[in-house]
Amino acid sequence: MTSSEGQDRTSRGARPSLFLERQSYRRRRLADSARLLPFLGGALLVLPLLWPDAESESGGVPLSSAIFYIFACWIGLILISLFFGFVARRSGVDDSHGSDAG
Amino acid sequence: MATLNVLILVCLGYVVLLFGVAFAADRMAVAGRGKWLRSPLIYTLSLSIYCTAWTFYGAVGNAARSGLEFVTIYLGPTLVMISWWWGLRKLVRVGRSQRVTSIADLLSSRYGKSNTLAVCVTILAVIGGTPYIALQLQSITLSFSIFAEADPSGLYREGSSVFWVAAGLAMFAILFGTRNLDANERHHGVVTAIAVESVVKLFALVAVGIFVVWGVAGGFGPMMERIDASEIGKWQVDAGRWTTFIFLSAAAFVCLPRMFQVMVVENDDEGHLRTAAWAFPLYLLLMSLFVVPIAVVGLDMLSEGSNPDLFVLTVPLSQGKDGLAMLSFIGGFSSATSMVIVTAMALSTMVSNHVVMPIWLNTHERVGSVPGDVRNIVLMARRISIAAIMALGYFYYSLSGGGAALASIGLVAFSGISQILPAMVGGLFWRGATRTGALAGLTVGFVLWIYTLLLPGMGAAWMPESVLLNGPFGIAWLRPQALFGIEGIDPMVHSVMWSISLNTVVFCVASLLSFPSPLERLQGAQFVNVFDHSVAPRGWTGSVAQSEDLMIMTQRILGTSPAQELFQREAELQGGRSPLPEPTPGFLARLERELSGSVGAATAHAMIGQIVGGASVSVEDLLAVADESAQLLEYSSQLEEKSAELSRTARQLRDANAKLTQISEQKDSFLSQVSHELRTPMTSIRAFSEIMRDTEGLSGEEQTRYAAIIHDEALRLTRLLDDLLDLSVLENGQVRLNLGDDTLRSVLDRSISSALAGTDQRLVVRRSKASERIPLQTDLDRLGQVFINLISNARKYCDADEPVLTISAHDVGGQLVVDFIDNGSGVPPDARSMIFEKFARVGGDKAGGAGLGLAICREIMHRLGGDITYLPGQGGAAFRVSLPLAYRQAAQ
Amino acid sequence: MSRKVLLIEDEPNIAEAIRFLLTREGWQVETHGDGADALQVIQGAQPDLVILDVMLPGKSGMDILRDLRALDDMKDLPVLMLTARGQSRDREMAENAGVSRFMTKPFSNAEVLTAVRDLHAQATQL
Repeated sequence: MTSSEGQDRTSRGARPSLFLERQSYRRRRLADSARLLPFLGGALLVLPLLWPDAESESGGVPLSSAIFYIFACWIGLILISLFFGFVARRSGVDDSHGSDAG
Repeated sequence: MATLNVLILVCLGYVVLLFGVAFAADRMAVAGRGKWLRSPLIYTLSLSIYCTAWTFYGAVGNAARSGLEFVTIYLGPTLVMISWWWGLRKLVRVGRSQRVTSIADLLSSRYGKSNTLAVCVTILAVIGGTPYIALQLQSITLSFSIFAEADPSGLYREGSSVFWVAAGLAMFAILFGTRNLDANERHHGVVTAIAVESVVKLFALVAVGIFVVWGVAGGFGPMMERIDASEIGKWQVDAGRWTTFIFLSAAAFVCLPRMFQVMVVENDDEGHLRTAAWAFPLYLLLMSLFVVPIAVVGLDMLSEGSNPDLFVLTVPLSQGKDGLAMLSFIGGFSSATSMVIVTAMALSTMVSNHVVMPIWLNTHERVGSVPGDVRNIVLMARRISIAAIMALGYFYYSLSGGGAALASIGLVAFSGISQILPAMVGGLFWRGATRTGALAGLTVGFVLWIYTLLLPGMGAAWMPESVLLNGPFGIAWLRPQALFGIEGIDPMVHSVMWSISLNTVVFCVASLLSFPSPLERLQGAQFVNVFDHSVAPRGWTGSVAQSEDLMIMTQRILGTSPAQELFQREAELQGGRSPLPEPTPGFLARLERELSGSVGAATAHAMIGQIVGGASVSVEDLLAVADESAQLLEYSSQLEEKSAELSRTARQLRDANAKLTQISEQKDSFLSQVSHELRTPMTSIRAFSEIMRDTEGLSGEEQTRYAAIIHDEALRLTRLLDDLLDLSVLENGQVRLNLGDDTLRSVLDRSISSALAGTDQRLVVRRSKASERIPLQTDLDRLGQVFINLISNARKYCDADEPVLTISAHDVGGQLVVDFIDNGSGVPPDARSMIFEKFARVGGDKAGGAGLGLAICREIMHRLGGDITYLPGQGGAAFRVSLPLAYRQAAQ
Repeated sequence: MSRKVLLIEDEPNIAEAIRFLLTREGWQVETHGDGADALQVIQGAQPDLVILDVMLPGKSGMDILRDLRALDDMKDLPVLMLTARGQSRDREMAENAGVSRFMTKPFSNAEVLTAVRDLHAQATQL
């Protein structure tokens, strides 16, 4: 699912030009980052597990702070996803030309 | 206080409203109006089928017990949605291009249209779904009971209300879920009703939340203080449960039959995912925003024993907000009904397509000969399935008594259905996944799930206490909640860990060890590389298929007019000469896809297989053909390469031949020149010697003259032979240079005296001896030979009345340049390029020379590292000899 | 009886030898050493026989013969051709050009005399 694989695949047919134009390069890197987003989300959501426990000396993290953190991450992910949705619509990287690789 | 009667009236009114919405939406869809029915918004809202009564009521209950843990159930789907680009998009594309009707159909289609697999998934889904439906029934009943407690009439009977609720939901599902057959036409009515319900439940929950925060707690700040002060006021989650539940909810989000139904089957446009990717997480966020406040306020205000699962209802009730409580009840009711309806539809599709239809097909040998309408049979099978599934849910509820906490039943269902995940993800992304692997993994996961989670949760009737404590037959490492001696972790985490991991391992290993059938490989390629060729052929060879039989069968499944339209369209596509299309592979593939939209991939495949005959064989044929054509392609490309190589060789041969021909022509012309040059003096010699021999009375003068001619010609011959030999030696590079040191002046002195010796000295040579004191290191004899040749030429060919040869020497950039310029008429321009060639002669003079002199000069000068050229524009014949001052080994 | 032979040969020694031989046979011998104006010389001299060298400066004997045969009054003029190259291809070319007799150098004097006699006899018989 990487873009290099995508190039391998296309190279069997008409070989694409070695260097993509800048815009299309940007688009591919954007697709890469869209792919990374869930991993970022996963990392952010697992992070609270490292917080001190309620039984610890510091007395733990108040639930209100935890709620703030979780919901802030959540809203962040939604906004990034919204951004990607807009970019995907604008640049028309829907599918059809076998662009699952980006 | 709202009476039960009012509540029932509201419920009925709400259901009637939903009927109206669904009916209107269906009408609009049929009429082709209502573009908004296929909008991303409706799609996003329909996804909220994920939020059932369990999440509506249970989330608050969960929060009251375990703090923030409830949020994991929403975070999992959020992660799935934001990874739509490489995850859901592929799933939706596959589902659309393969006309998949359910999750069971997806797996069956991927793994070679295996119905066994579909049956397994169906059973798993039904077993996992039944408690879930029971859960919804229970939540409705519980919420009823809250109001019933307060109702003085006391008419409420729990059992009968559950029955009527179940019956009502079944009716709704049957009416709108089985109106049409082809899944491609989609259930616009149901989806729209669900969208409305999702708005209602969100609105209800947010309304209660706002009431709690601003109406009860007195604002945002105080609410937060209250949260921190409550008994759940510290961040405290079990790490294992936290991560496991995020994973589980993410897995269930894509594996649940009802989610698959709304997400893939009902999807109108892949682009909707783009909107849902952010809008659905937002919906989930809003759904969970007020869960903790409601839970905290509920814990604060309500008595110890009150059920936290019902805080959403009881908190407004306790504050005397009957209207809000009613709204909240409607919200929960919405959650439950939408979930039950869609689940029933999805499960019934699976049951009818993968269980009922195959059995029916097996009992009826040939579809074409069976009286009756297949379409009706399919629809009837679905209706009965819906009723049966609802009945199962009802019985499960009655048997279990609705004791367990809502949340745990939901999670049990989640972990059960998640067993599909490895086979599904593997099928989408790994071409090596096989049917055997999928079946094995699924079975292992399913069995482990039942053993470690389902049975222990169902109570002592299903799993004796002793087994739970000591393991079956006292084998400790087989204890359901401590497999292989791993103890002390949460039973849910324990079960999910073992079932999913072993499922995955078995799936992978069995896939690696088994060998897929051709059909599986074909489907695997189409699934994994769906973006490369969304519409690719699946093999039917229709040579024996009867178009009429196909037509009859299609009519029975799709209905008469859609079938006729389909066939007519195909016939027109094919050229339209006959009313029925030829059963080409392409047409059969499209037809199968159309039919699979109604009866599922495996059934459609089997039905066409019955008529066309030899289903798998034809695909194998196709594959064989594909292999063959690949080989042919390779062969022909090899041939092309060969022929290109051949033409290359031929060209090289032609070139070589041309070169040889040229060389041979040069050789011929050289030989003919040599022959001419030899024969000419011979002719004179022979003629005069014969004259002298045969003629009597020659005078002494004549004899002398003729002898002189013979002598001259003999000398000429000798010179010619010398020159030829010289040239041959020079050209072959065999010449040995005798390097010596001297000045140019002495070389010229010797050359002039040698060239003019024995002649009448008519030629005047002009020199500037001062400039000739140039030391030379070269082969002096050879250089002298060149000079002699040039001076002799001037002597012989200079046609001036008083011939003068001017010799001048210069040093030009390290090169010695000696010019020989006479005052004759010179060499005509057109002959200048020729004079250094062998046997080239200018003018008619034949005295002595064979035309080799200048050719020899040029060869010599090249050997000496210099050159000899003709200098034009000097008045007479002008030759320039150039030579490096210090002899360097000339390039050989 | 005046028999006239025109000898077109650029090699002076060969020309002298042939002149000596034919003069002794009673021929009136004219010589010419250039190919370029040979045709005009032949037309001007009106010889009974032409002896023509192939390798001539200015214009090859072969071309002269071809042009000669293109002239109406020269079609039957006996032409003895001499060549030093002696390749069979030359003989073919000469025969195609309409030569009467072809000889390769070096020749024996007797051969030349015989050839000249024969050619003349044939010409006078006709």
